[in-house]
Amino acid sequence: MVMEKELRLMKGNEAVAEAAIRAGVDGYFGYPITPQTEIIEYLMEANPSKTTGMVVLQAESEIAAINMVYGGAACGKKVMTSSSSPGISLKQEGITYIAGAELPCLIVNVVRGGPGLGTIQPAQSDYFQATKGGGHGDYHLIVLAPASVQEMADFVDLSFELAFKYRNPVMMLSDGAIGQMMEKVYLSPQKERSKIVPDWATTGKPATRERNIITSLDLDPDRQEMFNRKLVAKYNEIREKEVRFEEFQCEDAEYLLVAYGTSARVCQKSVQIAREQGIKVGLLRPITLFPFPTKRISNLAAKVKGMLSVEMSAGQMVEDVLLSVNGKVPVYHFGRMGGIVTTPEEVVESLKSKLIGG
Amino acid sequence: MAKIRGSIVVNIEKCKGCEVCMVTCPTGTIAMAKEVNGKGYNYAFPANPDLCIGCANCAMVCPDGVITVYKTKI
Amino acid sequence: MVEFSGIKEIIKPENLVYKKTNIMTENTLSYCPGCGHGTAHRIIAEIIGEEGLQSEAIGVSPVGCSVFMYNYIDIDWQEAAHGRAPAVATAIKRLLPGKFVFTYQGDGDLAAIGTAETIHACNRGENILIIFINNGIYGMTGGQMAPTTLPGMKSSTSPYGRDVKTMGFPLKITDIVATLPGSYYVTRQSVHTAANVKKTKKAIRKAVQYQKLNKGTCLVEIVSNCPSGWKMTPVQSNKWMEENMFPYYPLGDLKTPEELPTK
Repeated sequence: MVMEKELRLMKGNEAVAEAAIRAGVDGYFGYPITPQTEIIEYLMEANPSKTTGMVVLQAESEIAAINMVYGGAACGKKVMTSSSSPGISLKQEGITYIAGAELPCLIVNVVRGGPGLGTIQPAQSDYFQATKGGGHGDYHLIVLAPASVQEMADFVDLSFELAFKYRNPVMMLSDGAIGQMMEKVYLSPQKERSKIVPDWATTGKPATRERNIITSLDLDPDRQEMFNRKLVAKYNEIREKEVRFEEFQCEDAEYLLVAYGTSARVCQKSVQIAREQGIKVGLLRPITLFPFPTKRISNLAAKVKGMLSVEMSAGQMVEDVLLSVNGKVPVYHFGRMGGIVTTPEEVVESLKSKLIGG
Repeated sequence: MAKIRGSIVVNIEKCKGCEVCMVTCPTGTIAMAKEVNGKGYNYAFPANPDLCIGCANCAMVCPDGVITVYKTKI
Repeated sequence: MVEFSGIKEIIKPENLVYKKTNIMTENTLSYCPGCGHGTAHRIIAEIIGEEGLQSEAIGVSPVGCSVFMYNYIDIDWQEAAHGRAPAVATAIKRLLPGKFVFTYQGDGDLAAIGTAETIHACNRGENILIIFINNGIYGMTGGQMAPTTLPGMKSSTSPYGRDVKTMGFPLKITDIVATLPGSYYVTRQSVHTAANVKKTKKAIRKAVQYQKLNKGTCLVEIVSNCPSGWKMTPVQSNKWMEENMFPYYPLGDLKTPEELPTK
């Protein structure tokens, strides 16, 4: 029997929360921060402890919340947290421990402008932090970038699927615009919470197995390097198998826009406007920011005259575009900052002035 | 009258020679060896085994759990 | 195993009165000679064995000398980031409410960097047991001043003695925890003599039983020594602890529940 999906009008933040309940998430641990507070508010209101048994806890800090995620994930449970940029910075210590202990979990970042306390308006200035580590040590998160309320809902399930498949933390890198905007969303039917206990989980040692130890510590340099190599191999496998992206009018494109999340929505309109002016523009929207669609962009570099990376930042993803293109064609960055969402016209103007000339 | 007699076994390779057992022993059974173990510690040993009453105080304060205690009535 | 035995005739299985519990692994403890950590570990392991909790127990080890505690007690373990053990334990217990969840933390971990996690876990009344080893110094990093370092006490970062005017006062965090409605049983003990070991074991056993009642957080502080950090022999350090630490951190119960556990 195929269960019907339920149609609702929701904010992105609410969609994440509702999707988490429906995905059978075991625990959410969070701390309020704008513009993502609706996630914990929605969960508290929905009170899933009475229905699915999901634990929802408001921690004393983002630091405590991410360490609760560590504790829950190490029990083999599906656990998550959410925050926005300054709060995600606080979580970095916990995130690197989670990556080092190879634990699955979901971290939602509804990005706002920075640095520092910055602004509460949307931005995409946490790209480096999300994709290049963020905390100390050699590690990567799997990073998913939703561009709609629907994807904020859908990526909850996908995140846990990837997190458990690779025993790796997953970050959903959204932004204040998608978190706050209301759209229609089709919600999946309620899933039961998983009863599967992974063999590495700390659930109390029965006589039938050795004790399980969840740690990120090894003082022996040879063993630690071996572990580092194991992580590298895992990240390479993820690079090989899990790249996700979407193309929009790239078939005959002479110029390529590369944009994710809110900027990708803006750029769809920019493609239309440019084409009305006779400029053949396409859009590549990375859905996974780690792994980055390097190969596809490299292939497209052989076909187009130039690329423009459009981000609400000072230029972060553009570095990955540059690496992918490897000098084959010119690559520029355009983006607004400070919580300002780029307009489609600005993108076209930037494309013309930087790449086409005039 | 029955007399209580005890005996201890020291895992001398794991002893770190901290002397806490020696100080705790109420009968003076334990002393520190002049020789050292593989780790270079002067290990504890029952120098006066006849004095042991098997009270297990030494084992209770031993941080490294190297002492096993036996007791019987004679 | 190289052994040195007393009177051989007495060494028979039926005469055995004390043997290291098999809940302790055979790994050699990484602690300095005479350090109280080993004794505290053994007491916890004995209680886990005696109460039949090996399959129920999930321990959370700290950052500090006892970071490798998971190598010594044969149960499931999680190693937490510095100071975060109570937050980690909170989630374990919330998600696995039938399990026995405890943290083991030193003074730097619990009373400096982890103050917020400690206070808030206790204030929420998380049904976990916190074992707090207070030796007034950072042992692992080589003897720096801790939040619990006594006034005037020398350490590598208070080489002229702790000056309370510039370095603050020793934090009696256990006293603070005892005032919180969420804490259920709070006590301060030591493990430097056989009598104190017995008392501490009794206290931890009580705490373990109380935890099953789900009435709030139990915290057992163990005032302990750090011979290396204090630059004393183990025997001297225990004497110094009695004379200097105990007056500031008096032993005994700070909060006892009225309702006793029914076994």
